[in-house]
Amino acid sequence: MFDATVSLQDVLFMLHGAGITLLLTFWAVLGGTVLGLGFGLLRATAPGWPSLALGAVLDVFRSVPLLIQIILVNAFAPILGLDLSAFTIGCIVLATYGAAYCTEIVRASVLAVPLPTRRAARSLGMTWWDDLTAIVLPMALRVGLPGWIGLALGLMKDSALVLWIGIIELLRSSQIVITRTQQPLLVLGIAGAIYFVISFPIARAGAWFERRWHDQ
Amino acid sequence: MIEIADVHKSFGHLEVLKGVSMTVERGEVVSVIGGSGSGKSTLLMCINGLEPIDAGRILVDGVDVHASGTNLNHLRRKIGIVFQQWNAFPHLTVLENVMLAPRKVLGRSRAEAEAIATDRLDHVGLKDKLSVYPSRLSGGQQQRMAIARALAMSPDYMLFDEVTSALDPQLVGEVLDTLRMLSSEGMTMVVVTHEIHFARDVSDRVAFFHQGRIHEIGPPDQVIGNPGRPETIQFLKSVR
Repeated sequence: MFDATVSLQDVLFMLHGAGITLLLTFWAVLGGTVLGLGFGLLRATAPGWPSLALGAVLDVFRSVPLLIQIILVNAFAPILGLDLSAFTIGCIVLATYGAAYCTEIVRASVLAVPLPTRRAARSLGMTWWDDLTAIVLPMALRVGLPGWIGLALGLMKDSALVLWIGIIELLRSSQIVITRTQQPLLVLGIAGAIYFVISFPIARAGAWFERRWHDQ
Repeated sequence: MIEIADVHKSFGHLEVLKGVSMTVERGEVVSVIGGSGSGKSTLLMCINGLEPIDAGRILVDGVDVHASGTNLNHLRRKIGIVFQQWNAFPHLTVLENVMLAPRKVLGRSRAEAEAIATDRLDHVGLKDKLSVYPSRLSGGQQQRMAIARALAMSPDYMLFDEVTSALDPQLVGEVLDTLRMLSSEGMTMVVVTHEIHFARDVSDRVAFFHQGRIHEIGPPDQVIGNPGRPETIQFLKSVR
Protein backbone atom coordinates (compact mmCIF):
# COMPACT_ATOMS: atom_id res chain seq x y z
CA MET A 1 0.00 0.00 0.00
CA PHE A 2 2.73 2.49 0.87
CA ASP A 3 6.44 2.31 0.40
CA ALA A 4 8.25 2.42 3.73
CA THR A 5 11.70 3.27 2.43
CA VAL A 6 13.15 6.77 2.07
CA SER A 7 12.97 7.56 -1.62
CA LEU A 8 14.72 10.15 -3.74
CA GLN A 9 11.37 11.93 -3.78
CA ASP A 10 11.54 12.22 0.00
CA VAL A 11 15.05 13.62 -0.06
CA LEU A 12 14.04 16.17 -2.68
CA PHE A 13 11.07 17.10 -0.50
CA MET A 14 13.45 17.63 2.43
CA LEU A 15 15.80 19.66 0.26
CA HIS A 16 12.88 21.88 -0.64
CA GLY A 17 12.30 22.32 3.10
CA ALA A 18 15.98 23.16 3.47
CA GLY A 19 15.48 25.85 0.85
CA ILE A 20 12.72 27.36 3.00
CA THR A 21 15.02 27.18 6.04
CA LEU A 22 17.73 28.98 4.06
CA LEU A 23 15.30 31.69 2.94
CA LEU A 24 14.00 32.19 6.48
CA THR A 25 17.57 32.38 7.75
CA PHE A 26 18.56 34.84 5.04
CA TRP A 27 15.76 37.29 5.85
CA ALA A 28 16.15 36.82 9.61
CA VAL A 29 19.91 37.44 9.51
CA LEU A 30 19.61 40.34 7.07
CA GLY A 31 16.80 42.04 8.98
CA GLY A 32 18.32 41.26 12.36
CA THR A 33 21.72 42.60 11.33
CA VAL A 34 20.46 45.83 9.75
CA LEU A 35 18.19 46.58 12.72
CA GLY A 36 20.82 45.39 15.22
CA LEU A 37 23.46 47.62 13.64
CA GLY A 38 21.24 50.69 13.90
CA PHE A 39 19.98 49.90 17.40
CA GLY A 40 23.44 48.87 18.62
CA LEU A 41 25.03 52.09 17.38
CA LEU A 42 22.27 54.08 19.04
CA ARG A 43 22.78 52.18 22.29
CA ALA A 44 26.56 52.63 22.17
CA THR A 45 26.88 56.23 21.01
CA ALA A 46 23.75 58.00 22.25
CA PRO A 47 23.17 57.20 25.91
CA GLY A 48 20.03 58.57 27.50
CA TRP A 49 16.45 57.51 27.85
CA PRO A 50 15.75 56.52 24.20
CA SER A 51 18.66 54.15 24.39
CA LEU A 52 17.50 52.76 27.74
CA ALA A 53 13.92 52.38 26.52
CA LEU A 54 15.12 50.56 23.42
CA GLY A 55 17.24 48.28 25.58
CA ALA A 56 14.21 47.44 27.73
CA VAL A 57 12.05 46.62 24.70
CA LEU A 58 14.76 44.45 23.16
CA ASP A 59 15.16 42.66 26.49
CA VAL A 60 11.57 41.44 26.08
CA PHE A 61 12.45 39.88 22.74
CA ARG A 62 15.50 38.24 24.25
CA SER A 63 13.65 36.96 27.31
CA VAL A 64 10.39 35.54 25.94
CA PRO A 65 10.91 32.12 24.31
CA LEU A 66 10.97 32.37 20.54
CA LEU A 67 8.21 29.77 20.14
CA ILE A 68 5.84 31.89 22.23
CA GLN A 69 6.70 34.99 20.18
CA ILE A 70 5.98 33.17 16.93
CA ILE A 71 2.64 31.84 18.10
CA LEU A 72 1.56 35.16 19.65
CA VAL A 73 2.42 37.22 16.59
CA ASN A 74 0.73 34.66 14.36
CA ALA A 75 -2.40 34.92 16.51
CA PHE A 76 -2.46 38.69 16.88
CA ALA A 77 -1.51 39.70 13.32
CA PRO A 78 -5.00 38.95 11.88
CA ILE A 79 -6.66 40.61 14.91
CA LEU A 80 -4.68 43.76 14.10
CA GLY A 81 -5.92 43.51 10.53
CA LEU A 82 -2.56 42.49 9.11
CA ASP A 83 -2.86 40.03 6.28
CA LEU A 84 0.54 38.40 6.50
CA SER A 85 1.59 34.97 5.27
CA ALA A 86 2.99 32.53 7.79
CA PHE A 87 6.35 32.86 6.04
CA THR A 88 6.34 36.65 6.44
CA ILE A 89 5.43 36.33 10.11
CA GLY A 90 8.22 33.80 10.57
CA CYS A 91 10.73 36.16 8.96
CA ILE A 92 9.56 39.16 11.00
CA VAL A 93 9.67 37.36 14.34
CA LEU A 94 13.04 35.75 13.63
CA ALA A 95 14.49 39.08 12.44
CA THR A 96 13.26 40.93 15.53
CA TYR A 97 14.59 38.20 17.77
CA GLY A 98 17.92 38.33 15.91
CA ALA A 99 17.98 42.14 16.12
CA ALA A 100 17.63 41.98 19.90
CA TYR A 101 20.77 39.85 20.15
CA CYS A 102 22.63 41.66 17.37
CA THR A 103 22.06 45.00 19.11
CA GLU A 104 24.00 43.83 22.15
CA ILE A 105 26.79 42.37 19.98
CA VAL A 106 27.14 45.70 18.14
CA ARG A 107 26.90 47.76 21.33
CA ALA A 108 29.58 45.73 23.11
CA SER A 109 31.86 45.71 20.04
CA VAL A 110 31.62 49.46 19.53
CA LEU A 111 32.27 50.11 23.22
CA ALA A 112 35.33 47.85 22.99
CA VAL A 113 37.03 50.37 20.66
CA PRO A 114 39.31 52.37 22.99
CA LEU A 115 38.30 55.99 23.45
CA PRO A 116 41.88 57.27 22.99
CA THR A 117 41.97 55.68 19.53
CA ARG A 118 38.83 57.56 18.59
CA ARG A 119 40.29 60.75 20.05
CA ALA A 120 43.36 60.29 17.89
CA ALA A 121 41.12 60.06 14.83
CA ARG A 122 39.20 63.19 15.78
CA SER A 123 42.43 65.05 16.57
CA LEU A 124 43.43 64.56 12.91
CA GLY A 125 40.36 66.55 11.89
CA MET A 126 38.25 63.51 11.03
CA THR A 127 34.51 64.01 11.46
CA TRP A 128 32.30 61.88 13.68
CA TRP A 129 31.18 60.00 10.58
CA ASP A 130 34.75 59.42 9.32
CA ASP A 131 35.71 58.15 12.76
CA LEU A 132 32.69 55.84 12.80
CA THR A 133 33.19 54.37 9.34
CA ALA A 134 36.99 54.25 9.10
CA ILE A 135 37.95 53.46 12.70
CA VAL A 136 35.09 52.35 14.94
CA LEU A 137 33.18 49.97 12.68
CA PRO A 138 36.23 48.15 11.24
CA MET A 139 37.68 47.70 14.72
CA ALA A 140 34.30 46.68 16.17
CA LEU A 141 33.80 44.16 13.36
CA ARG A 142 36.86 42.26 14.52
CA VAL A 143 35.46 42.07 18.04
CA GLY A 144 31.90 41.27 17.08
CA LEU A 145 32.26 38.82 14.22
CA PRO A 146 32.54 35.60 16.28
CA GLY A 147 29.40 36.55 18.22
CA TRP A 148 27.59 37.47 15.01
CA ILE A 149 28.49 34.14 13.36
CA GLY A 150 27.14 32.37 16.43
CA LEU A 151 23.94 34.41 16.15
CA ALA A 152 23.52 33.58 12.45
CA LEU A 153 23.98 29.85 13.08
CA GLY A 154 21.59 30.05 16.03
CA LEU A 155 18.92 31.78 13.93
CA MET A 156 19.30 29.11 11.24
CA LYS A 157 18.56 26.35 13.72
CA ASP A 158 15.91 28.31 15.65
CA SER A 159 14.06 28.91 12.37
CA ALA A 160 12.77 25.34 12.75
CA LEU A 161 10.30 26.66 15.35
CA VAL A 162 8.17 28.24 12.64
CA LEU A 163 6.89 24.74 11.85
CA TRP A 164 4.34 25.46 14.59
CA ILE A 165 2.61 28.04 12.39
CA GLY A 166 2.46 25.66 9.44
CA ILE A 167 5.62 26.43 7.50
CA ILE A 168 7.15 23.34 5.97
CA GLU A 169 10.82 24.00 6.41
CA LEU A 170 13.57 21.41 6.81
CA LEU A 171 12.55 19.97 10.19
CA ARG A 172 8.83 19.89 9.39
CA SER A 173 9.45 18.21 6.04
CA SER A 174 11.61 15.65 7.83
CA GLN A 175 8.77 14.95 10.28
CA ILE A 176 6.40 14.40 7.39
CA VAL A 177 8.79 11.93 5.79
CA ILE A 178 9.26 10.16 9.15
CA THR A 179 5.49 9.82 9.58
CA ARG A 180 5.25 8.12 6.23
CA THR A 181 8.38 5.97 6.25
CA GLN A 182 8.69 5.29 9.99
CA GLN A 183 12.46 5.67 9.67
CA PRO A 184 13.24 8.44 12.16
CA LEU A 185 16.94 7.75 12.61
CA LEU A 186 17.77 7.77 8.92
CA VAL A 187 15.60 10.81 8.14
CA LEU A 188 16.88 12.85 11.11
CA GLY A 189 20.40 11.82 10.13
CA ILE A 190 19.82 13.26 6.66
CA ALA A 191 18.22 16.41 8.10
CA GLY A 192 21.14 16.86 10.50
CA ALA A 193 23.59 16.46 7.63
CA ILE A 194 21.75 19.12 5.63
CA TYR A 195 21.82 21.54 8.60
CA PHE A 196 25.54 20.86 8.91
CA VAL A 197 26.17 21.50 5.21
CA ILE A 198 24.43 24.88 5.56
CA SER A 199 26.25 25.83 8.78
CA PHE A 200 29.73 24.70 7.89
CA PRO A 201 30.55 27.35 5.25
CA ILE A 202 29.28 30.13 7.55
CA ALA A 203 31.45 28.93 10.41
CA ARG A 204 34.45 28.49 8.10
CA ALA A 205 34.01 31.97 6.64
CA GLY A 206 34.14 33.39 10.17
CA ALA A 207 37.28 31.42 10.95
CA TRP A 208 38.86 32.60 7.70
CA PHE A 209 38.33 36.26 8.59
CA GLU A 210 39.67 35.70 12.08
CA ARG A 211 42.82 34.09 10.69
CA ARG A 212 43.26 36.95 8.25
CA TRP A 213 42.97 39.51 11.04
CA HIS A 214 45.24 37.56 13.34
CA ASP A 215 48.35 39.28 11.90
CA GLN A 216 47.14 42.75 12.78
CA MET B 1 50.28 82.00 17.22
CA ILE B 2 48.57 80.24 20.12
CA GLU B 3 47.20 82.60 22.75
CA ILE B 4 45.93 81.12 25.99
CA ALA B 5 44.22 83.58 28.31
CA ASP B 6 43.07 82.83 31.87
CA VAL B 7 41.81 79.31 31.08
CA HIS B 8 39.89 77.46 33.77
CA LYS B 9 38.90 73.82 33.51
CA SER B 10 37.36 71.40 36.00
CA PHE B 11 36.59 67.71 35.91
CA GLY B 12 33.65 67.47 38.29
CA HIS B 13 34.77 69.14 41.51
CA LEU B 14 38.44 68.91 40.62
CA GLU B 15 39.75 72.13 39.13
CA VAL B 16 42.74 71.12 36.96
CA LEU B 17 43.41 74.46 35.27
CA LYS B 18 43.13 77.50 37.54
CA GLY B 19 43.68 80.45 35.27
CA VAL B 20 46.42 79.53 32.80
CA SER B 21 47.82 82.15 30.42
CA MET B 22 50.64 81.79 27.92
CA THR B 23 51.41 82.40 24.27
CA VAL B 24 53.32 80.33 21.74
CA GLU B 25 54.79 82.21 18.79
CA ARG B 26 55.22 80.75 15.33
CA GLY B 27 58.45 78.74 15.11
CA GLU B 28 58.80 78.55 18.87
CA VAL B 29 59.33 75.39 20.93
CA VAL B 30 57.73 75.61 24.36
CA SER B 31 58.19 72.77 26.82
CA VAL B 32 55.74 72.28 29.64
CA ILE B 33 57.10 70.54 32.72
CA GLY B 34 55.57 69.76 36.09
CA GLY B 35 54.36 66.93 38.30
CA SER B 36 51.68 64.40 37.41
CA GLY B 37 48.17 65.80 37.62
CA SER B 38 49.36 69.39 37.37
CA GLY B 39 47.13 70.01 34.35
CA LYS B 40 49.75 69.95 31.58
CA SER B 41 48.10 67.31 29.41
CA THR B 42 44.65 68.80 29.91
CA LEU B 43 45.90 72.09 28.54
CA LEU B 44 46.99 70.40 25.29
CA MET B 45 43.56 68.77 24.91
CA CYS B 46 41.98 72.19 25.34
CA ILE B 47 44.21 73.77 22.69
CA ASN B 48 42.74 71.63 19.91
CA GLY B 49 39.27 71.46 21.42
CA LEU B 50 39.29 67.80 22.46
CA GLU B 51 38.29 69.06 25.91
CA PRO B 52 35.95 72.01 26.48
CA ILE B 53 37.03 74.78 28.85
CA ASP B 54 34.98 76.42 31.59
CA ALA B 55 36.33 79.95 31.37
CA GLY B 56 38.97 81.96 29.55
CA ARG B 57 39.95 81.92 25.91
CA ILE B 58 42.25 80.05 23.56
CA LEU B 59 43.03 81.59 20.18
CA VAL B 60 44.89 79.75 17.44
CA ASP B 61 45.88 82.15 14.65
CA GLY B 62 43.18 84.44 15.98
CA VAL B 63 40.43 81.79 15.88
CA ASP B 64 38.65 81.19 19.18
CA VAL B 65 38.88 77.40 19.64
CA HIS B 66 35.95 77.19 22.03
CA ALA B 67 33.58 79.63 20.34
CA SER B 68 30.35 77.92 19.32
CA GLY B 69 30.75 78.78 15.63
CA THR B 70 34.28 77.39 15.30
CA ASN B 71 34.68 74.41 12.98
CA LEU B 72 36.91 72.22 15.11
CA ASN B 73 37.49 69.64 12.37
CA HIS B 74 38.81 72.44 10.22
CA LEU B 75 40.95 73.91 12.99
CA ARG B 76 42.46 70.53 13.89
CA ARG B 77 43.98 70.24 10.41
CA LYS B 78 46.64 72.71 11.43
CA ILE B 79 47.18 71.42 14.98
CA GLY B 80 48.80 68.01 15.13
CA ILE B 81 48.79 66.15 18.44
CA VAL B 82 50.71 63.08 19.53
CA PHE B 83 49.66 61.26 22.67
CA GLN B 84 51.43 59.35 25.41
CA GLN B 85 49.71 56.19 24.21
CA TRP B 86 50.41 56.30 20.49
CA ASN B 87 46.90 55.16 19.54
CA ALA B 88 47.73 53.45 16.27
CA PHE B 89 44.74 52.32 14.21
CA PRO B 90 45.40 48.58 14.64
CA HIS B 91 43.39 47.41 11.61
CA LEU B 92 45.42 49.53 9.16
CA THR B 93 48.99 49.12 7.98
CA VAL B 94 51.58 51.76 8.88
CA LEU B 95 51.17 53.37 5.48
CA GLU B 96 47.35 53.30 5.70
CA ASN B 97 47.47 54.78 9.22
CA VAL B 98 49.28 57.82 7.85
CA MET B 99 47.27 58.01 4.60
CA LEU B 100 43.86 57.97 6.27
CA ALA B 101 43.49 61.60 7.39
CA PRO B 102 44.88 63.16 4.18
CA ARG B 103 42.32 61.11 2.25
CA LYS B 104 39.32 61.62 4.53
CA VAL B 105 39.97 65.15 5.76
CA LEU B 106 41.90 66.81 2.94
CA GLY B 107 40.25 64.82 0.16
CA ARG B 108 43.56 63.75 -1.39
CA SER B 109 43.59 60.97 -3.97
CA ARG B 110 45.01 57.61 -3.03
CA ALA B 111 48.20 58.32 -4.98
CA GLU B 112 48.67 61.77 -3.44
CA ALA B 113 48.00 60.47 0.06
CA GLU B 114 50.40 57.61 -0.47
CA ALA B 115 53.12 60.02 -1.62
CA ILE B 116 52.59 62.26 1.42
CA ALA B 117 52.51 59.32 3.83
CA THR B 118 55.61 57.70 2.36
CA ASP B 119 57.46 60.99 2.60
CA ARG B 120 56.52 61.54 6.27
CA LEU B 121 57.29 57.94 7.23
CA ASP B 122 60.65 58.22 5.52
CA HIS B 123 61.23 61.41 7.48
CA VAL B 124 60.76 59.62 10.83
CA GLY B 125 62.81 56.63 9.68
CA LEU B 126 60.06 54.09 9.04
CA LYS B 127 60.36 53.72 5.28
CA ASP B 128 60.96 49.97 5.56
CA LYS B 129 57.80 49.42 7.66
CA LEU B 130 55.14 50.74 5.28
CA SER B 131 53.18 47.52 4.79
CA VAL B 132 53.35 46.05 8.30
CA TYR B 133 50.63 46.36 10.92
CA PRO B 134 51.30 48.56 13.98
CA SER B 135 51.26 45.55 16.33
CA ARG B 136 54.54 44.44 14.72
CA LEU B 137 56.28 47.69 15.64
CA SER B 138 58.12 48.54 18.85
CA GLY B 139 56.70 51.27 21.06
CA GLY B 140 59.23 53.77 19.74
CA GLN B 141 58.38 52.90 16.14
CA GLN B 142 54.64 53.19 16.84
CA GLN B 143 55.22 56.58 18.42
CA ARG B 144 57.22 57.75 15.40
CA MET B 145 54.40 56.48 13.19
CA ALA B 146 51.95 58.57 15.25
CA ILE B 147 54.20 61.59 14.67
CA ALA B 148 54.26 60.90 10.91
CA ARG B 149 50.48 60.52 10.98
CA ALA B 150 50.10 63.99 12.50
CA LEU B 151 52.73 65.47 10.13
CA ALA B 152 50.86 64.10 7.11
CA MET B 153 48.28 66.83 7.63
CA SER B 154 51.07 69.43 7.21
CA PRO B 155 50.12 71.10 10.50
CA ASP B 156 51.35 74.54 11.55
CA TYR B 157 51.53 73.45 15.19
CA MET B 158 52.47 70.19 16.86
CA LEU B 159 51.42 69.29 20.40
CA PHE B 160 53.26 66.47 22.16
CA ASP B 161 51.68 64.95 25.25
CA GLU B 162 54.33 63.05 27.22
CA VAL B 163 55.23 61.14 24.09
CA THR B 164 58.07 59.22 25.73
CA SER B 165 56.42 58.38 29.05
CA ALA B 166 55.02 55.02 27.96
CA LEU B 167 58.23 53.89 26.25
CA ASP B 168 60.94 51.53 27.42
CA PRO B 169 63.98 53.63 28.40
CA GLN B 170 66.07 52.41 25.46
CA LEU B 171 63.38 53.59 23.01
CA VAL B 172 63.08 57.12 24.37
CA GLY B 173 66.10 58.38 22.42
CA GLU B 174 64.75 57.65 18.94
CA VAL B 175 61.54 59.56 19.63
CA LEU B 176 63.33 62.53 21.19
CA ASP B 177 65.65 62.60 18.15
CA THR B 178 62.57 62.88 15.95
CA LEU B 179 61.31 65.81 18.03
CA ARG B 180 64.74 67.47 17.84
CA MET B 181 64.67 67.09 14.07
CA LEU B 182 61.26 68.75 13.88
CA SER B 183 62.33 71.66 16.06
CA SER B 184 65.44 72.19 13.93
CA GLU B 185 63.12 72.39 10.91
CA GLY B 186 61.29 75.29 12.52
CA MET B 187 58.09 73.48 13.57
CA THR B 188 56.07 75.29 16.23
CA MET B 189 55.81 72.85 19.12
CA VAL B 190 54.28 72.58 22.57
CA VAL B 191 55.97 69.68 24.32
CA VAL B 192 54.60 68.34 27.58
CA THR B 193 57.45 66.26 28.93
CA HIS B 194 59.23 64.77 31.90
CA GLU B 195 62.55 64.78 30.02
CA ILE B 196 64.17 67.76 31.70
CA HIS B 197 67.42 67.52 29.73
CA PHE B 198 65.53 67.41 26.50
CA ALA B 199 63.41 70.40 27.51
CA ARG B 200 66.54 72.32 28.35
CA ASP B 201 68.28 71.44 25.06
CA VAL B 202 65.47 72.01 22.62
CA SER B 203 63.09 74.60 24.03
CA ASP B 204 62.99 78.30 23.40
CA ARG B 205 60.95 78.62 26.56
CA VAL B 206 59.97 76.33 29.42
CA ALA B 207 56.77 76.59 31.45
CA PHE B 208 56.59 75.02 34.90
CA PHE B 209 53.12 73.81 35.86
CA HIS B 210 52.11 73.21 39.44
CA GLN B 211 48.60 72.48 40.70
CA GLY B 212 46.85 73.95 37.70
CA ARG B 213 48.91 77.12 37.41
CA ILE B 214 52.01 78.21 35.55
CA HIS B 215 54.47 79.11 38.27
CA GLU B 216 57.36 80.06 36.03
CA ILE B 217 57.85 80.55 32.33
CA GLY B 218 60.94 81.69 30.49
CA PRO B 219 64.14 80.56 28.76
CA PRO B 220 65.34 77.10 29.85
CA ASP B 221 68.51 78.46 31.39
CA GLN B 222 66.36 80.54 33.68
CA VAL B 223 63.50 78.12 34.56
CA ILE B 224 65.59 74.94 34.67
CA GLY B 225 69.08 76.40 35.17
CA ASN B 226 68.26 78.99 37.76
CA PRO B 227 64.70 78.56 39.02
CA GLY B 228 63.28 81.28 41.24
CA ARG B 229 60.26 79.62 42.82
CA PRO B 230 60.50 77.06 45.64
CA GLU B 231 57.96 74.77 43.82
CA THR B 232 60.19 74.69 40.73
CA ILE B 233 63.30 73.97 42.76
CA GLN B 234 61.46 71.20 44.60
CA PHE B 235 60.18 69.65 41.36
CA LEU B 236 63.54 69.77 39.59
CA LYS B 237 65.15 68.11 42.59
CA SER B 238 62.58 65.31 42.47
CA VAL B 239 63.13 64.46 38.81
CA ARG B 240 66.90 64.58 38.78
